Amino acid sequence: MAAAAAPTVFLLMVNGQIESAQFPEFDELYCKYCFVYGHDWAPTTGLEEGISQITSKNRDAQQALVWNFPIDITFKSTNPSGWPQIVVSVYGPDLFGNDVVRGYGAVHVPFTPGSHRRTIPMFVPESTSKLQKITSWLMGRHPEFTDPKVVAQGEGREVITVRSQGFVTISFNVVTKDMKKLGYDVSPSDMQNPSVVSLTDGIHNH
Amino acid sequence: MNFNEESQMMAMEEMLGEDQDQDQAHAEKLKRTLRAQRRRREQPLLEAVGPAVLLAEEEAEKDRAGMAALAAAARAPRSLPPVPSTSRTSFAEFSVRERMREKLKAARSKAENALLQEGPRPRHLKSLKQRESETRWDKESEDESRHMQEDESQMSSRVKFRDSVKKLKQKSHVQTDFPSAEEAYNFFTFNFDPEPENIKDETKSKKKSESNQEEEEGEEQESIVSHQQEQTEDGMDEEDCLVNDREDLFIIDQMARDFLVVKPADYKSYSEQLQKEREILFTPSILTVPMSQKVPENMQPRYLEDEGLYTGERPIVSLSNQNILENRILRQEQGKRWFGDDGKLLALPSPIKQSSTRPPIFSLEEGIEPELETLYKKAMKPMHANQYIVGSGDSQGQFQLDIDISGLIFTHHPCFSREHVLAAKLAQLYDQYLARRQQNLTKLLTDKLHALRNAVQSSLDNSGTNVPNPVAQQSVTEYKFVIRQTRRLRDAEQEKDRTLLKTIIKVWKEMKSLRDFQKFTNTPMKLYLRKEEVDQRSDKKIYEAEIQAEINELLEEYMEEYEKKMEEYKTELQEWKSWKKAQKTKKKKKIKQSQDQEEEEAEESEYGEEPVKPIPPKLADRLEVEQQVREKAINIRRKPGEPALIPELSLTGSVTPNDLCPRAEVLRREDVKKRSVFLKVLFNTKEVSRTVTRQISSDFRVHFGQIFNLKIFNWPESLKLQIYETMGLSNTNLLAEMFIPVPETTVLTGRARTEEIEFSSNQRVMLDHEGVGSGVPFSFEADGSNKITLMTSGKVSNSVSWAIGENGVPLIPLVSQQKTGIPSALKNIDAVASIGTSGLTDMKKLAKWAAETKLDPNDPKNADLMQLIMVATSGDACVPGFFRLEQLQQEFNFASDEELNRSKRFQLLQLRHREVAEFRNYKQVPLLEREITEKLFENYEKRLRERDVIDSKDHLDAHRALVAKYLQKVRESVINRFLTAKHHFLLSDLVNEEEVPSLGNLGLSLFKLAEPKRPLKPRRKERKKVTAQNLSDGDINLLVNIIRAYDIPVRKPVLSKLQQPSRSSRSFNEMFAASPSPQSPTHSIDWAFNQVLVHPFVEVSFQRTVCRTTTAEGPNPNWNEELELLFRAPNGDYSTTSLQSVKDEVFINIFDEVLYDVLEDDRERGSGTHTRVERHWLGCVRIPFSTIYFQTRIDGTFKIDIPPVLLGYSKEKNLGNERGYDSVRSLSEGSYITLFITIEPQLIPGDPVREKFDTQEDEKLLQAAEKYQAECALKFPSRQCLTTVVDINGKTVFITRYIKPLNPPQDLLSGHPNNSQATAELVARYVSLIPFLPDSVSFAGICDLWSTSDQFLDLLAGDEEEHAVLLCNYFLAMGKKAWLIIGNAIPEGTTAYVLTWEQNQYVIWNPSSGRCYGQFDTFCPLQSVGCLISFDNIWFNIQQYDSPVRINFDISKPKLWKSFFSQSLPYPGLSSVQPEELIYQHIDKAAALELQGRIEKILKEKIMEWRPRHLTRWNRYCTSTLRHFLPLLEQFQGKAVEDDHQAELQKQLGDYRVSGFPIHMPFSEVKPLIEAVHSTGVHTIDVSNAEFALAVYVHAYPKNVLSVWIYIASLVRNR
Repeated sequence: MAAAAAPTVFLLMVNGQIESAQFPEFDELYCKYCFVYGHDWAPTTGLEEGISQITSKNRDAQQALVWNFPIDITFKSTNPSGWPQIVVSVYGPDLFGNDVVRGYGAVHVPFTPGSHRRTIPMFVPESTSKLQKITSWLMGRHPEFTDPKVVAQGEGREVITVRSQGFVTISFNVVTKDMKKLGYDVSPSDMQNPSVVSLTDGIHNH
Repeated sequence: MNFNEESQMMAMEEMLGEDQDQDQAHAEKLKRTLRAQRRRREQPLLEAVGPAVLLAEEEAEKDRAGMAALAAAARAPRSLPPVPSTSRTSFAEFSVRERMREKLKAARSKAENALLQEGPRPRHLKSLKQRESETRWDKESEDESRHMQEDESQMSSRVKFRDSVKKLKQKSHVQTDFPSAEEAYNFFTFNFDPEPENIKDETKSKKKSESNQEEEEGEEQESIVSHQQEQTEDGMDEEDCLVNDREDLFIIDQMARDFLVVKPADYKSYSEQLQKEREILFTPSILTVPMSQKVPENMQPRYLEDEGLYTGERPIVSLSNQNILENRILRQEQGKRWFGDDGKLLALPSPIKQSSTRPPIFSLEEGIEPELETLYKKAMKPMHANQYIVGSGDSQGQFQLDIDISGLIFTHHPCFSREHVLAAKLAQLYDQYLARRQQNLTKLLTDKLHALRNAVQSSLDNSGTNVPNPVAQQSVTEYKFVIRQTRRLRDAEQEKDRTLLKTIIKVWKEMKSLRDFQKFTNTPMKLYLRKEEVDQRSDKKIYEAEIQAEINELLEEYMEEYEKKMEEYKTELQEWKSWKKAQKTKKKKKIKQSQDQEEEEAEESEYGEEPVKPIPPKLADRLEVEQQVREKAINIRRKPGEPALIPELSLTGSVTPNDLCPRAEVLRREDVKKRSVFLKVLFNTKEVSRTVTRQISSDFRVHFGQIFNLKIFNWPESLKLQIYETMGLSNTNLLAEMFIPVPETTVLTGRARTEEIEFSSNQRVMLDHEGVGSGVPFSFEADGSNKITLMTSGKVSNSVSWAIGENGVPLIPLVSQQKTGIPSALKNIDAVASIGTSGLTDMKKLAKWAAETKLDPNDPKNADLMQLIMVATSGDACVPGFFRLEQLQQEFNFASDEELNRSKRFQLLQLRHREVAEFRNYKQVPLLEREITEKLFENYEKRLRERDVIDSKDHLDAHRALVAKYLQKVRESVINRFLTAKHHFLLSDLVNEEEVPSLGNLGLSLFKLAEPKRPLKPRRKERKKVTAQNLSDGDINLLVNIIRAYDIPVRKPVLSKLQQPSRSSRSFNEMFAASPSPQSPTHSIDWAFNQVLVHPFVEVSFQRTVCRTTTAEGPNPNWNEELELLFRAPNGDYSTTSLQSVKDEVFINIFDEVLYDVLEDDRERGSGTHTRVERHWLGCVRIPFSTIYFQTRIDGTFKIDIPPVLLGYSKEKNLGNERGYDSVRSLSEGSYITLFITIEPQLIPGDPVREKFDTQEDEKLLQAAEKYQAECALKFPSRQCLTTVVDINGKTVFITRYIKPLNPPQDLLSGHPNNSQATAELVARYVSLIPFLPDSVSFAGICDLWSTSDQFLDLLAGDEEEHAVLLCNYFLAMGKKAWLIIGNAIPEGTTAYVLTWEQNQYVIWNPSSGRCYGQFDTFCPLQSVGCLISFDNIWFNIQQYDSPVRINFDISKPKLWKSFFSQSLPYPGLSSVQPEELIYQHIDKAAALELQGRIEKILKEKIMEWRPRHLTRWNRYCTSTLRHFLPLLEQFQGKAVEDDHQAELQKQLGDYRVSGFPIHMPFSEVKPLIEAVHSTGVHTIDVSNAEFALAVYVHAYPKNVLSVWIYIASLVRNR
């Protein structure tokens, strides 16, 4: 096939799941995810955005919030610049039952093919003043990003203050196609058993 | 200083401050006793020095040194049980003195105990502070003998310390309750040191004791020095030791020991921890380090600068930081190596350039954008910019060198067998022979000789007949001379030929014998000697003749010579004879004196110098000469009759096959087979290509036949071929290099000759087979004599030439450039510039070159180069003399800049990154270069090109073209500014945060709770707004609701008799009449019944989609239809910025649908209807999309833009039916349409730019303005309030500065001298004629730029504000009361109008149309009034309503109008930004006429173009009539001429059905005119016999303001 012989785009297939989260203070959380990518990227199949079910805390000591929310998307691209990032935002009810954001976080989809686990530290924007903080607590209207995609870009971050809050663990299974043919060699030199490597990476301790 | 010590010191000081005398006396006593004790102690200690205890000792020592007795307590915990530290905590409670005493006691007893256990005490370990204390002490006792031992350097250091301590000391005199650490410390040094001011008595005694002690201690030190630890700084030891002595003066230490009580350790105290920390931590002093510590010992600092050497400027470091650094460094080991000879830290010269590399842009004219401003640059020749890169940026592009390498022949090769050597020799000789034969010099010279002889003969003949001619004689002798020379030459050549032939034969014979000898042949070479038989007789004759001629000539020559010699002989003989005679006479005299002849002879011989008697020359013997000539001829010439031998070398011989050859030969042949050769082509020493690898054939010829096309950018400096030989698979070695000359520019491909370039290699190759090797002597002889040594050599045949481009243009760099590059690669070139060239990258070579060319090292031009060479050749790692920020950049560049620039993909990415409009949201840049088409850049490049090119075709008017370009640039700069502003974020951009509710809000929300759930009057619910990002094509619709229209013009019955003008023209006065006068019913009654109905329908076109309503009836149709048009954003980009810049307009055209009977024959009428539907344009409304976008919906009644004259239509009042409505209706003059337009779904309009522009306004004023605006916005958020605006330079300006009376053109004022109203209308019309250019379309909500009136008039373009400001200023100048209204109008949205006070009523002027409305005019487009602006104030509308009809314009009422400047903030008298006076150019009628002609021509062409299938006939008669009307129309401003000229037309054209109308526009460009004509659709008439008429009239107003009238009509002949 001529197209196969001389590819003009490369493909990145990502599947995996937003596995769990660690929010020691909160419960009954759900999460949203979306992908942020550069101009030269286009999703070919799969969902770019998604919203998960609400999950309650585990009773055990770990108190993990498990979603196991699947991600499955394929991108095509002509330029590795603007590599897709997954932006995850977690929401849940506060004391009065208002839906409140519990964390934003973003991470690049791993470059290397194989199985990966990523633990994203999450953060939320802070109120600008104490008074604001009190009122936002009272009203149940915490500050939120106008667009969650803000967390995937560096621009304009100088004006906000954030507080860190919990972790979200995502597992990715990455398959690429034609990247090497187009001159992008992303596989590490010691890629004998990537899954083993990444599993050890993925262990988080806190 | 340790806190512990500090506190103690504090305590001490306090105590001592209270009763110094008493305590000092006490302390003195203690000291003495202790001193004695100590002396006693020291003796045994010295003997028992144990290294094991050293450390503990040191610590103890330190403590002791730092503080006297109290310190012992602190030290104790380490070596001894700790002293309870509780007392320290309760500092404040106890009397300090008491505590002190207690401690002293304790310490003393403890010390006693300790003394028994402790080992020796090295005294040299000191803290810095201690040293200081001691040095200070030094000052007091300078006279002491101890100083003598000290090093000089230490002296100086001490002086410095002393100074600093002195400072501290002074401080300490100020007694405070809690002295600082320094003070406390100082106190000690101060108090216990012998200080004359304080305790004079004591010092004396102390001094004595000290001097004693020191002597002892001096000895003691020497023994201890060996145990010094490295904790302290190097080189300080000695001083430390000395310092230690003084410590003994603090006898309190010993005192403490005496009283010390031992207690067990139970916990580690905080103080101890601090102590520990102190060992680790170090606070560098900020005091200057004395010079002596920084230079090596016994050295004076050396100042290079003083010695006249350039040291460079050191980087600036603050003194305190420098001191800190120095102190820190000195603490380190080998700290001194950081200091230079001058005692300063080593430092490179400051790398910061004196002048900034990027010079700041100085704006010549204040406030003009740097990129817009023009800079004068002197024209200059491009110097060396293109020296190395040949026009890489130029369009001329690449140059090409064609290198043709055809083959390679070895003249010697290690694998040559002996036969090969001979063959090569033979070949060489044969080549020589061929070359000679080609030249055929012999023949040439022989011919010449003949010719010369003939010439001589003929001239001799001539002279023989005539009288001897001196000239002929002269020439004959000359000829003869030439003949002689030529003959000699010929003989030489002949001889050469002969010998060559002989050697060829000889070599061939050798070869043959070799072949015989070795019994095989290696070379196919064969030499044939072709005999050319000659006619013996003739040959002999020629030969003889030649010889005879030669003999004759020679004889002649000899004769001449003979004659000459004879002559000489004669003269000599004469001389001799005379001499002889003289002798004889002498002799005779002597004979007379009786002497013999013999004697005479002897005497003669005695003289010695007797001249020899000359010998008469011999006449040449002919025979002898003949003999000579013949001999020579035999040698060099063919014998007569001997056949001429012509050697012919052929390669036809057979080579002995391998199996017949001996082994050595077979080996050789195999070796040859293994070898192959290739050539590398090196261009500027870079390999650019290489030939294929070819095997060496058995005859050592290699054929390549390859042509390399070098596309070059760099200058060809060297062109080199490298010959590589490979043996077997891997072994590749360089045989030889050869340089090819860069061809002249005239050498082009196709014309270049193939040249053979010889090469040779000096490699020594010895082979173990038949091959003779290279550089190895070998012999042909059997005995090995006569050895010869041959080197590998050969010839490469190649040709180099410049290529010829496709279009026949040779791809040669310009000659001017060539001059710099070609002649010699290096000589003419700027030395430094050539460093970068590849030819000189080798530093060694460069250095060599520099040495060779004898570069002047002192020439400043070469300074850099010399430095480079110096650095490079010194072998050091490169330390360039300059500072480079990204020194490794070169290494990390993965491609050169040119390469990057050439890459289309990269270019695309860059452009996208820069957010260039064409590429801003370009998706999926292709990965591969080849997928990017050139087309992509076309638009962009075109735009770039056109930026500077003024296209006069579109503009017709150079001025306007300039203005358009200027505007374009302003627009770009503003857009760029916006783009940068877009990247500035505020918190609110990123984070949604609830506002802190104010009390009012809280109350309101509480109130809301009480609201009824289902109110009777429900509020309109806001539609959900859609963020633009997730939209795509087809999602957005434009909804246009056409409700109804009023007063549509109606058809006039063609055949009805002429109507009298039904009403007088409505004048300005009439409009202002207190109450509108009822229309007098002057119409004929039958008019209402006769009336032909109009069938109007509305067509909405937007983005090339067209929708139409159904056809309604009558002049007041009611459609009530909703039309849906699809909206497509440009490039499918639905971001706010993209939407803001949509320039499309919604056209709402009203047409009349007319049915015409097309039946030719009345008889057919019964059987069917045959009608043709025609539509006649009546008018239109245009609404820009941006308005809809920003307003989200447009709702209202709009005036239809109807031409002043519509042929075939008239606008009459329908009095018959709606008399009751008449009074209201009469107010309106035009036709109106009610519309509702919105976008579905609702889009969020973009935010205005928040960028804070720079300003020259007072900060206070700006604050006030901000506050005022905030207050206004709080009360009436929807009302417009403007205080500051942005001027065209992007600066914030207070708005009132724009208002200032300005003179209107005098021509307008003088037009109606008596009628001020008419003048006002004329002025308004003038203003409206200035073309309209909305900022909001081009700058799309980004910002609104206000230009001043003179700028506005210069640009001849502006939006509502500029028009309004100009009109307002004119009115003010005319003495009217005028204000600027900022408000909302339909359809413009936010806009500016002008309000005047005339005849006791307010009049609202629309500046962009020039129309005026009374305050109570319901059809006034102004919908709401936000604020009023005059030259000195701003009033904000705080009335309940904002519709002009319902508000009171009396600004004096503060309840209705909130003023900006008031008593609290008086008007500061702001100067205006407007010019003093406007200057108008005179009307240029000629230009207007010319323009008129051009427009008419263009339009006619266009109409014909639009009707490709029909013949377009122009009715000249009608055209000329129309042309007459137009000036009238202009004169009456389009009013009230309608009926007159319709009648006239009717009269003149008789039975033509005419439909047409004049279009009036302000002139800006041709394109809008064409558009306007096209939109009317006049050309769409498809009646076959239609005729057209088109007339254009351009009326010029001052300042190049032009009013354009286009009258267009179609005529159909009535049957």
